[in-house]
Amino acid sequence: MLRPRIIPCLLMKDKGLVKTIQFKKPKYVGDPINTVRIFNEKEVDELIIMDIDATTIASGPDYKMIEHLAAECRMPLCYGGGVTRLDQVKTIIRLGVEKVAISAAAVENPGIISKIAEEVGRQSVVVVLDVKKRPCDDQYEVWTHNGKKNTGKCPIKLVKEMEKLGVGEIVINAIDHDGEMQGYDLVLSKKIREAITVPMTVLGGAGSLKDIGNLIGTFGIVGASAGSLFVFKGIYKAVLINYPCPTEKEALICANYPQFMR
Amino acid sequence: MMTIVDYGLGNVMAFANVYKRLNVSVTIATSAFDLKNASKIILPGVGAFDQAIERIDQSGMREALNTKVLCDRVPVLGVCVGMQVMAHSSEEGHKSGLGWIEGQVKKFGPSTLPHRTRLPHMGWNDVQPTTKNRLFEGLERDARFYFLHSYYFHCIRSEDILAVSDYGGTFCCAVGSENIYGIQFHPEKSHHFGTQLLKNFLDL
Repeated sequence: MLRPRIIPCLLMKDKGLVKTIQFKKPKYVGDPINTVRIFNEKEVDELIIMDIDATTIASGPDYKMIEHLAAECRMPLCYGGGVTRLDQVKTIIRLGVEKVAISAAAVENPGIISKIAEEVGRQSVVVVLDVKKRPCDDQYEVWTHNGKKNTGKCPIKLVKEMEKLGVGEIVINAIDHDGEMQGYDLVLSKKIREAITVPMTVLGGAGSLKDIGNLIGTFGIVGASAGSLFVFKGIYKAVLINYPCPTEKEALICANYPQFMR
Repeated sequence: MMTIVDYGLGNVMAFANVYKRLNVSVTIATSAFDLKNASKIILPGVGAFDQAIERIDQSGMREALNTKVLCDRVPVLGVCVGMQVMAHSSEEGHKSGLGWIEGQVKKFGPSTLPHRTRLPHMGWNDVQPTTKNRLFEGLERDARFYFLHSYYFHCIRSEDILAVSDYGGTFCCAVGSENIYGIQFHPEKSHHFGTQLLKNFLDL
């Protein structure tokens, strides 16, 4: 039976890894290749690596780095950051990456998604939406450029459009919850889940395995992604790469997704 | 020599790295000439059916692959789209496949799923071998692999099915006929399960 996916999400900045809080205060957490090696040993389900400089400083994807990462990963890799064109997607997939995430470019020019899906197959096309609640009326809006630019667009409408255009997976990232470790935004995730049938991965807010269990309990088949949870340990947030061991993971899934036991 | 075909699609380096850790040297073939000394061939692939066929044609390796596989009977392992191109055709595209194994690639219609997530079939799923085969040695029980696809290989001859998986119903996830093997899942990205399978292929 298909299992829910538990996915560490790593943020790359200046060739190092950082972890942010609400997209700010990047804290250095280690070297990307070393971290990937540790996650290999821990047999993680998948990995998301996002270059958070690539769009904001318009540098585009760092192919050398991506090549190293793809060769090192013994698990499926989703790369995101600075991808705006079809030829970039093709290059990244040729380097051995399974999935390419597109964010700002998809919001600004949705047509690009169908072009890319047609060429590389929809299973490799991921759209990441960074979403923030408008304080005045609690409406959700999509932000781009590392949370610096408000597009004013509604994420629900946008994911429906993306699904029609041929996206293979939606990663929904709640900016307000990023790095807070207080749990996922389940209200937002439910709205997204009801709008589409392609795989959904939720990111932002996981502070414990219980939070991941809650997400699996709510959705069953879902991608549960987290940054802080898998790179920090303890109340002082010491950097320690961690991930549930296979038996812990199995127990977590069984406890929250009863269908899995059948 | 274990030879990984590089026609511009798929995780060539990921396969090479698995074998490197097993202390096995590999050749990466980008032309017909590079296939000359192949004693085992891996045909990887990530992407769409037509694009994969086009790439194989452009690489100039199609004839050499046919000769190696069909005449010299060199063991070949197709992975994901590299498996799908072994069929005659695919619902995903218009081009003809290599036709090495009797079958057609079809799209899932998983309306029976208990969850809202439908396609692509994405994530870790159980793989159950249906016959005794050396490719699945040590993987007869509790084996799971990473899947990422919306199309599957529909075998015409049931004896070509090596393993099945379940996604809104049972589907064929591994095919085999004599020296030709195909798997839908990604062993190069499936941790120790995948390493075991790639080691089995090496030891065939």
